[in-house]
Amino acid sequence: MASAVMNMITAALDWVTVIFDAPLARAVVFGVHIDGHLVVEVLLVAVILFQLTRKSYKPPKKPLTEKEIDDLCEEWVPEPLHPPITEEMKAEPPILESAAGPHTVIDGKEVVNFASANYLGLLGNEKIADSCISSLEKYGVGSCGPRGFYGTIDVHLDCETRIAKFMGTPDSILYSYGISTIFSVIPAFCKKGDIIVVDEGVHWGVQNGLYLSRSTVVYFKHNDMASLESTLEKLTRENKRAEKIRRYIVVEAIYQNSGQIAPLNEIVRLKEKYRFRVILDESHSFGVLGNSGRGLAEYYGVPIEKIDIITAGMGNALATDGGFCTGSVRVVDHQRLSSSGYVFSASLPPYLASAAISAVNYLEDNPSVLTQLRSNIDLLWKGLSDIPGLAIASHPLSPIVYLKLKKSTGSSKSDLELLNVITDRVLKEDSVFIVSTKRSVLDKCRLPVGIRLFVSAGHSETDIHKVCDSLRRVAALVLV
Amino acid sequence: MVRLPYLTALTTLFSYGLLFAFGQLRDFFRKIIDWSKSTSKGLEGYAPICLGLEDFYTRRLYLRIQDCFCRPIASAPDAWIDVVERYSNDNNKTLHRTSNTTKCLNLGSYNYLGFAAADEYCTPRVIESLKKYSSSTCSIRVDGGTTDLHNELEELVARFVGKPAAITFGMGYVTNSAIIPILIGKGGLIISDSLNHNSIVNGARGSGAAVRVFQHNNPSHLEEVLRELIAEGQPRTHRPWKKIIVIVEGIYSMEGELCQLPEIISVCKKYKAYTYLDEAHSIGAVGKTGRGVCELLGVDPADVDIMMGTFTKSFGSCGGYIAASKEIIRYLKYGCPAHLYATSMSPPAVQQVISAIKVILGEDGSSRGAQKLAHIRENSNFFRSELQKMGFEVLGDSDSPVMPIMLYNPAKIPAFSRECLKQNVAVVTVAFPATPLLLARARICISAAHSREDLIKGLEVISKVGDLVGIKYFPAEPPNHQGHDHKKLE
Repeated sequence: MASAVMNMITAALDWVTVIFDAPLARAVVFGVHIDGHLVVEVLLVAVILFQLTRKSYKPPKKPLTEKEIDDLCEEWVPEPLHPPITEEMKAEPPILESAAGPHTVIDGKEVVNFASANYLGLLGNEKIADSCISSLEKYGVGSCGPRGFYGTIDVHLDCETRIAKFMGTPDSILYSYGISTIFSVIPAFCKKGDIIVVDEGVHWGVQNGLYLSRSTVVYFKHNDMASLESTLEKLTRENKRAEKIRRYIVVEAIYQNSGQIAPLNEIVRLKEKYRFRVILDESHSFGVLGNSGRGLAEYYGVPIEKIDIITAGMGNALATDGGFCTGSVRVVDHQRLSSSGYVFSASLPPYLASAAISAVNYLEDNPSVLTQLRSNIDLLWKGLSDIPGLAIASHPLSPIVYLKLKKSTGSSKSDLELLNVITDRVLKEDSVFIVSTKRSVLDKCRLPVGIRLFVSAGHSETDIHKVCDSLRRVAALVLV
Repeated sequence: MVRLPYLTALTTLFSYGLLFAFGQLRDFFRKIIDWSKSTSKGLEGYAPICLGLEDFYTRRLYLRIQDCFCRPIASAPDAWIDVVERYSNDNNKTLHRTSNTTKCLNLGSYNYLGFAAADEYCTPRVIESLKKYSSSTCSIRVDGGTTDLHNELEELVARFVGKPAAITFGMGYVTNSAIIPILIGKGGLIISDSLNHNSIVNGARGSGAAVRVFQHNNPSHLEEVLRELIAEGQPRTHRPWKKIIVIVEGIYSMEGELCQLPEIISVCKKYKAYTYLDEAHSIGAVGKTGRGVCELLGVDPADVDIMMGTFTKSFGSCGGYIAASKEIIRYLKYGCPAHLYATSMSPPAVQQVISAIKVILGEDGSSRGAQKLAHIRENSNFFRSELQKMGFEVLGDSDSPVMPIMLYNPAKIPAFSRECLKQNVAVVTVAFPATPLLLARARICISAAHSREDLIKGLEVISKVGDLVGIKYFPAEPPNHQGHDHKKLE
C-alpha cells in the first residue's frame, strides 16, 4: 500500500518535471533564458495581482436609517446655556458718578479711590483733555474702519513714532484695546511646534494667547529664577532639535495677579545663555519704573535691544485705552499683516491716540511725577505694615500693593468672601474704595487671592493715612 | 453667488503662477547673495522669527501693491476724506508720508449712518462727558470702571435691540473672542458658517469645543450637518454633545449678503441648538427703524438666543455688545474674561453710542434718525442697480449697504485702486487671504452721508476705470433703458 502510493507520487513528480523542463528547456524569449521556475513565479505574480484587484472584505456597516437619526435627535437634551444663577453671581460693582481720579463720587458720596490704575494721576489733566477735545472736533469719535482700509489716521502714525522715540526702539505698532495686544502678538510669532516657557502667574490675556498659538507651553514657578533656569536647562538638554525651532520666554514686568516684579537682568542672562527670545508685557510698569518711566529695562539698566518684543496696555499709567507693541523693525512689520487683533479689527479711536501722545509728552517733561508716585508707595507701605491679619505680598516698588490674608481659611472661595466683607465695610463706613481680586472661571492662575490697592501720584498724604487707618480698623473687626 | 467664467479663472491662475514663479526666482537670487555676505551678528543659534515660506506671500506679492492698503487719512472718515500722499524710494518696500493731501470721495469706511465726523447732537454731549468723566476709567468693569453712563448704555442697547438685557465691551473683536469660551467648552459643539469673521473663528478655537462648518448661507446643509452630528455624538467616545451653538452673521462683510435667518432659526429650533447672531454690519444699517436683520427679515428677537453687535460701524464709536436674557447676561458679568480683566469702555465713546441710538430712535426730538435710515436704503439700492446696469459683477442682496465688485485678476487689484485714487475716489480692494485666492474684489460701503451728486460722481469714475481695467464682465444694458429708469427714480 505505502509503496504503491510512493510509486504514484514519484510518477507524478517525474511527470511534472518532464512537463516543466522539456518544452521550455532551451527557450529564449527577449534574450531572457526561460527556466521552469519562472513559470511558477509568473503564475504567483498573476494570482497576487488578481487578489489585489478584488475588493477587500469588510464586515458590512449598517448606516443609521433616517428614522433612527430622527429618534436620536428627539431624545437629545442640551444643557442650558448658563449654569444656575447663584447669589454671588448677583453682586453688582459700585457705580461711579464722576471721573475715576484720586477722589470720586459713589452713590452721591465722595470717596477716596484706590481702585483705578491711574498711576501718574493723569485723569483730569488739562492738557490731555484739551488735546482730546480738539481731536474729537476734528475726527469725531470712532475711526470707522480697520487699519488696512482707511482707518489709519495720521494721529495713529504720530503716536507710533512718539512711543518708539520714547522707548528708544526703531518702531512700534498700536492696537485698539489693551487686552487684545498680548493675545494677538503671541499667536503672530508662536506657531505649532514652538516652545514657550511662561511664568505661572500671568494674567488671562497671556494665557489665551498661549492657547491660541497651539505651541508647547511649559510653566515655571512664579517669579522663581532657579525654577526658570532648571526648566530651560531641561528643555535644551533633551531636545537636540531645539536649535531649529523658535523658543520664547513670556513674563510680565509687574504681575497684576501678585504685584511682583520680574528680575529682568537674570532673565536676560538666561535668555542669552540658552538662546531664547523674550516677550515682556509692561502694562503696569510703563510710565512707572525707571528714572524717566521707560519701564523695566531702564530700571535694571538693560539695553532695550536685548528684549525682543515689548507689549503694553495703555489703560493704566497713560490714562487712555488701547495698547502698543514695540521692538525691532522686523518684529513690528511682521505684525502688520499677521496679527489678527490688528488686521481684523477697527483701529483705535483718534482721540485716545492723541491722549496717549499728550500723556507721553507730559511724562517726558515732568519726571517729578514718578518721584511723587514712589514716595506715595513708600508711605503706604509704612502705614500698612501693621494691619492685623493682612500682610503685604507685593514688591516695594510696585504701584499695585497686594495684601493677602496671613492665615488663609483653606479655600480661595471663602478667602474671597472674607476679603469682600472687608472691602464692602471699608467703602460703606469710611468712604474708601478698594477692591479684591477678581478671577474668572476660565483663569488658570492659582496664586492666592488678596486685596489690591492702586496707588496714584495724585493721592495726597491724607488719603493714604485714611486708607491705612480704615483698613486697620475694619481688619481688626472682621479678621480677629 | 459668484459665477467664475472659465476664461477668467484660467487667466487669473496663470497670473498668480507667473507671480509665484517670479517671486521664487528672486528668492533664489536673494539666497545666493546672502550666502556670499556674512551672517548678521548676535543671532547665531536663534531660529529665524519668520521662516522663508511663511512670509513668501508678504514679501513677493503683497509688497508690490502695498500702496493700495493702509492709506493714511488726515481728516474724519466722513463722506469726503483727505488721503495723505505717500512716496517710495525702494519700489514699494517702505512708504514715506508727505504733508500733501488729496480730497477724495470715501467709498471704503464703515460709516453707514454718517455718525463718523462731528455730529451736531452727539459731539457736544461727548465733549461734556469727556470733561466730566475724562478719557478713560483706568479700571476694569468690576472694580471701579462702571459709571452710570455704562449702565445707561446697556439698558438703551437692550431696549433698542429688543432683548431683556445687554452687556458692553470696549472692542468688538474681544467681544467674540472672550464670550464664546465662557458659553461653551470642551464637550460642546460649535457649527459656524464657512465665511464667518476671524474674531468668531478665534473665539471658537479658544473655547476648546469641537468646531464644524456648514456651507455658507445654506439652511438645508445646516440641517444635514446637525442631524449627522447629533446622531454621531462626540468624536471617538460617541457620548452626546453637551450643547450645540450655531453662529451666523447678519450681513457678511465680504459678500454683502444677508443671512437666511428665518430658515436657520427654524432648523435650530427643531434640533434644539442655540443660535448666536453677529450683527456687526447690520445693526443700525438695515431694517425700517435700524434694528438690524431681525427687523428686516421679520424674525422675533426672542427667537435668537444671543445677539452680538459692534458700535464701530453704524454708531461711529468703538466697542461691542451682547444682548440676551437676563440670566445669561448675569452669568456673563460674573465670568466673562473681557469683563473681568479688560479696561472698561472709554466714557466719551459710551456717550457717543448713547447719543447715536437716541438720534436713530428719534428721542432727540428730531426726525434725523428716520431720514438717515431712509437715505442709506435709497443710496444702497440706487448704487447697486446702477452698477449692475453698467455691467459690473456686483454681489450682495438689495438693501445691504455693502457691495463687492468682482475683480478676479491680481493685476486688476492695484490698477483699479490706483486709477480710482488718481480721479479722487478712494476705494477698498480686498485679496487673499481675506477672500479666496481667485476671487479678489473691490468692496464699496455706502453711507447715509453720501449725497446723490457724490454717488453719481462715484459711479462715473468707477465706470471709466472699469472700462480701462476691463472688469465689466456682464453685458451692459443699452442706454435708452437707463434714461427710462432715471426718470422713474426722480
